Amino acid sequence: MSKKLKFLLPLFLFLVAVGFLAKGLFLNPHEVPSPLVGKPAPVFTAPLLGEAGKSFHSDEMKGQVWLLNVWASWCVACREEHPLLMEMAKTKKIITYGLDYKDTDAEAQQMLAAMGNPYDKVITDIDGKIGIDYGVYGVPETYLIDKLGVIRYKHTGPLTPEILLAKIVPLLNELQQ
Amino acid sequence: MIPAIGELSLILAFLFAIIQGTLPLVGVWRNKKTLINLAVPAARAQSGLIALAFFILGYSFYVNDFSVLYVASTSNSQLPTIYRLAAVWGGHEGSMLLWVSILAVWTIAVTMFAKNLPDSFRVRLIAVMGLVSVGFLAFILFTSNPFDRLIPAALDGRDLNPLLQDPGMVFHPPVLYMGYVGFSVAFAFAIAALLDGSLDNAWARWTRPWTTVAWAFLTLGIAFGSKWAYYELGWGGWWFWDAVENASFMPWLVGTALIHSLAVTEKRGAFKVWTVLLSICAFSLSLLGTFLVRSGVLTSVHAFATDPSRGIFILLYLVIVIGGALLLFALRAPNVGLGEKFDVVSRESFLLANNVVLAAAAGSVLLGTMYPLLIDALGGGKISVGPPYFDAVFVAIMAPGIFLMGLGPLAKWKKTSLPEIGTRLKLAAVISVVSALLVPSIMGKISLMVAVGVFMGAWVLSTTLILLQNRINSRQVASVSLINNLKGIPLAFYGMLLAHFGIGVFILGVTLVKGYETEQDVRMEINDVAKVDDLAFVFKGAKEIKGPNYLSSQGTFVVTSGNKTIGILHPEKRFYPVQGSTMTEADIQPGVFKDLYVSLGEPLEQGAWSVRIYIKPFVQWIWAGCIIMALGGLLALCDRRYRVVEKNIVKGKKRKK
Repeated sequence: MSKKLKFLLPLFLFLVAVGFLAKGLFLNPHEVPSPLVGKPAPVFTAPLLGEAGKSFHSDEMKGQVWLLNVWASWCVACREEHPLLMEMAKTKKIITYGLDYKDTDAEAQQMLAAMGNPYDKVITDIDGKIGIDYGVYGVPETYLIDKLGVIRYKHTGPLTPEILLAKIVPLLNELQQ
Repeated sequence: MIPAIGELSLILAFLFAIIQGTLPLVGVWRNKKTLINLAVPAARAQSGLIALAFFILGYSFYVNDFSVLYVASTSNSQLPTIYRLAAVWGGHEGSMLLWVSILAVWTIAVTMFAKNLPDSFRVRLIAVMGLVSVGFLAFILFTSNPFDRLIPAALDGRDLNPLLQDPGMVFHPPVLYMGYVGFSVAFAFAIAALLDGSLDNAWARWTRPWTTVAWAFLTLGIAFGSKWAYYELGWGGWWFWDAVENASFMPWLVGTALIHSLAVTEKRGAFKVWTVLLSICAFSLSLLGTFLVRSGVLTSVHAFATDPSRGIFILLYLVIVIGGALLLFALRAPNVGLGEKFDVVSRESFLLANNVVLAAAAGSVLLGTMYPLLIDALGGGKISVGPPYFDAVFVAIMAPGIFLMGLGPLAKWKKTSLPEIGTRLKLAAVISVVSALLVPSIMGKISLMVAVGVFMGAWVLSTTLILLQNRINSRQVASVSLINNLKGIPLAFYGMLLAHFGIGVFILGVTLVKGYETEQDVRMEINDVAKVDDLAFVFKGAKEIKGPNYLSSQGTFVVTSGNKTIGILHPEKRFYPVQGSTMTEADIQPGVFKDLYVSLGEPLEQGAWSVRIYIKPFVQWIWAGCIIMALGGLLALCDRRYRVVEKNIVKGKKRKK
């Protein structure tokens, strides 16, 4: 019997592979789910860009719904989403903080000077430690954090008007009530 | 009107494929002559109808029929005619149609050339190919119909992806698919043999030429693809271990193992179970590759539109075809005999080792390709496996196999003496060691990686030559002239030598380009000179030119060595307005010893450009090696023993052990 079972091995291995492939079909390779969605946002203290000596503590944001947008001057995709962020800033409907990830202050300020500054404040994360806490996968990333400091939504990659209208705005309206 | 005929012929082909795949099998089972006789006409009708559909799609492209959705989305009236032809397989629907068309070509070939088989076997063979075709035609008709209409018709098409507007795209997919799909014949042979219970030497002999020719096409197809990437992507790479590349490389590795294992089965009757499993695996990996590429389950530089319903359909097809084949294998294989015994040191053992190495290599590539998917499916998050894994693991696995390549062909069947082989290969060992020491010092930079690579390349080349000399000596008698002696050696033997020789050339190319390529990213103003190695590249500025469907900035570079001009290169940066995309068109001056490769980066202020310059020593050897391998395969195919009539020898003689 065991001799016959040996010949079933290829079939068995194949069926295991099929299981994974089937599961894989329903995963979107572009969508990176965050284990942090629904969990309290990691707490941190960090210096603010262009405000020497001042530091920011994430608890300051309690009671407000806000977006944390991870960006960097070296990141090409960030320049792509930048105009949209500028549009959002004009509406003054949402507080957006930037997290300047693994960047130098000088270059970051240069980019904001050239392209406009859509952020209410920019937190600096020179060594990328905050990014690690948040599980930053690739810049740009955007986190929506509610009044209790819980991450409610995460988007990886540049923001698009579709994502903004379909996901972020409805959730934002709901949370702000 | 005409596209409707195309769709109709696909539907009819689907019906004929069902007939081809079922009724003849019933006929063999019930011994009904009328049903058996349906196999060949149904197969030919099916193939003819697919060919008609294919030509109609080609015609729709030719006349710019933008009422066909697929034409409107992959072509454009400004697209040059030759690329309109390539656009037939430039998108998902068309490449699936190409897939079944190539299957039709193989089916026709089987009905024409596989004449010397026993009737029942031949009918089963054709029926299995019909069943393979049924699934694919259903897939095309239900999820990917290339003849879907666009009413009202588009004014103009969205154009072919500029990346694919390259002569390489005209040849690469059909040749690659000839290889991919060609393994369906070996697969059908295996299934027919399992159904028939006639898994014997004769079966191996029938399968061999079909496998070899498919393998030769696959080799060429992969080489074309690699060359296309080298020319077209503009960063001088020739292999990226991308999922789509791996999808074609895995069947190649298993197909190579299969060729060797078939030799053992034919000559010695051994490895039967293993050979039949390899036949199934080679084609299964081709199908898996199709799934990976077409379902969008993996992200890849070959980004295709993704659609889960297509993925589910192909997966179901995989389950039926591969699962069914493996189930049949599990039921029938235990009754297959083991064949003749052999010693631990024998040609059989060496070939077994070769098979283990190739299978392990294919396994490691499969693991690396699927790993991101496995981890993701298990909830481990997104990861990507890159070239460092593949380079390290693949090379480490293959190295012993390359070494054995020198020993195997010299070994005798059944039992051989290692010391004797050792004596014969002394000279090869000396040549290889000397080359490994000499080549790096001539090239001016010594590294272990290069020394090992050169050793392996020289080892394969020199052992191959010694093998030829050995063969001549063993046959040389005073009365026979050298020419007649050489003529007397079977073509299959020359084919093997040539294919092995190609591997040696390939290894040298890979080693030397990896070890000694130089790259420079520079900002160049007009008349700036960039020194790379001992060459000077002078930038003479860029001018605007207009192509048939693009605008281009064309740079001029004069390359000098000392005071001598050795080349003028015109790399381009092209803008394709229809898709709004920019393409880098590198210019390459190929050479036996080095390629000069210049590509334009971005335009900077005042006529300056960022420029990338590469010198790629021996890079052409990579593709030359592949072409030599493929020629070896084709040469073996011409061996006369495949043409002798075998019908009398085998007919009616079912061996059961």
